[in-house]
Amino acid sequence: MELNIIVLAKQVPDTRNVGEQAMNADGTINRAALPAVFNPEDLNALEQALLLKDSNPGSKVTVLTMGPARAADILREALYRGADEGVLLTDRAFAGADTLATSYALSTAVRKIGKFDIVLCGRQAIDGDTAQVGPQVAQMLGLPQITCVRKVLSMNDGVLVAERGIENGVEVVKASLPLLLTVEGVAAPCRPRNAYRMLRFHRAATPSEQASEGYRYSSQAKSDEALCLKEWSLEYIGGDASRCGLSGSPTKVKKVENIVFRAKESKRYSSSDCDLKALVAELVENHTIG
Amino acid sequence: MDNILVYCELDGTRVVDVSLELLSEGRRLADKLGVGLEAVAAGKGLSSVPEQVFKYGVDKLHLFDDERLEYYMTLPHASLLCKLVKENSYQIFLLGATVVGRDLAPRITAELHCGLTADCTSLEIGPYEDKKNGKVIENLLYQVRPAFGGNIVATIVNPYNRPQMATVREGVMPLSVVKEEGYAGTVVEHAVSDYLSDADFVIEILERRVKPAENNLKNASLVIAGGYGMGSKENFDQLYVLAHLLHGEVGATRAAIDAGYATADRQIGSTGLTVRPKVYFACGISGQVQHVSGMQESGIIISINSDPDAPINAIADYVITGKVEEVVPKLITFYQQKQ
Repeated sequence: MELNIIVLAKQVPDTRNVGEQAMNADGTINRAALPAVFNPEDLNALEQALLLKDSNPGSKVTVLTMGPARAADILREALYRGADEGVLLTDRAFAGADTLATSYALSTAVRKIGKFDIVLCGRQAIDGDTAQVGPQVAQMLGLPQITCVRKVLSMNDGVLVAERGIENGVEVVKASLPLLLTVEGVAAPCRPRNAYRMLRFHRAATPSEQASEGYRYSSQAKSDEALCLKEWSLEYIGGDASRCGLSGSPTKVKKVENIVFRAKESKRYSSSDCDLKALVAELVENHTIG
Repeated sequence: MDNILVYCELDGTRVVDVSLELLSEGRRLADKLGVGLEAVAAGKGLSSVPEQVFKYGVDKLHLFDDERLEYYMTLPHASLLCKLVKENSYQIFLLGATVVGRDLAPRITAELHCGLTADCTSLEIGPYEDKKNGKVIENLLYQVRPAFGGNIVATIVNPYNRPQMATVREGVMPLSVVKEEGYAGTVVEHAVSDYLSDADFVIEILERRVKPAENNLKNASLVIAGGYGMGSKENFDQLYVLAHLLHGEVGATRAAIDAGYATADRQIGSTGLTVRPKVYFACGISGQVQHVSGMQESGIIISINSDPDAPINAIADYVITGKVEEVVPKLITFYQQKQ
């Protein structure tokens, strides 16, 4: 069975390894100094899409991302690893979106893509860890969802069986397509870039990138449609501006505080018997232990 | 004013801890606002649920009791909750930030078109000024949550859409029994067939494999955690002796687990458990941000490290500088002597 698979992916600042170069003098994070990466669990989702394509020849994997122009980087990354097509959803109107406004834009773009049997995305993105976009997109598209997928066990005649993580265990569920799946980080890691695909698709670019001065592959892009990443605006997907971006977001950020690892007034002890006895006595005394 | 609703997640027919914590918090917020607290549970064989929840001060309990609801499934729960909220209108709707809560809550917000804040660590009531129109909205729910890998803490509000929805992590809100035994609020037993159709049951559960957690780390009030600095499995095993003595649980850093000192279910940090014990012993732990984000809200932090400048010491209340493999046995001995 030939499947149309859509993977929702996000470019995120890498919050996992905040090195010294990304720390401000006051101990806060300099977000601009963090590298922008393919959200890790979205890569797990891409792998599930590619596995489904492997076992269902003729299937098509389209990667959709919403973000600024530089988010086209993760579309190229997806092409290097085996995706067939990349769509960048980009518009000032999308800026400042919370999860609900993001899900609205993504679900509207998925409808614009048109044919789909399976929508896949990571369980959550590492910059917000909310895990909301998958279920919200599913609801907006009227699709059943299977969250926290660890493995697709089978896909036959339009019926998919998957193993998903639940509290203290796993669950095996069965459902008919179309479906939305969110994939956990413990699922199979994404396959590496393919050298041949890198040679070809490093030239892939959005219309904006192709129009920029530094782009040197215009002639190839003219004859190879696969090098033309799609770049869609709000108007193009026919979305309602009042449901997008900041104005379409029911949640507002009232306040943001940077976590500063401020030195506490710690009491210091050596490992001498005398010191440790005094410490144990104090901890018992003030009911910390015992 | 509209009431507050809390979703009671079930493990079989037992209301899980985080839901009871939310009932306690919901009661506190409801009293602040001068409104009622309602709870909802969906499952099979719910006759024991009322007595489990009423002591936390629930005014009204909605029950959906049906054969087909034995195990949690997204679509039926989402459908009946959406209908319940539309029928009654609530100003606040709280769920646990569990696998179930995080599967269910966003689905509901997409249908009801309301805001949702995930994984809150504290909730408060207060005013909000809309800078666009200068309007001040009173009595909004402040939803406080860590973001950006634990590097920032944000306060989120939903000024205009209702209900204001939030999921809250387990172990954050204290339990508080506010009613005498024998108190009972109103129980509303809903006819499930009025709320659900066959279309809600298109996903079939073929198999469930659940085993109870082998440790009680997430609920422990005292945690003895060891890092790579423990040096060996034998040294690490000393922590179990100390933990047993102090009625605590043993946790570990990713590095200690990778080194084979402990099993993965004991991992504390951004890719493991988040714990908030009253007392946290950090033994041979340097204090990488990934670990610290999973324990920084602990009450009293005691660090044992041979490096006097280990980053963990900056957030510790007590710092013991010395070889951890010598300090831990001494602490055990001196504590026993004290007993």
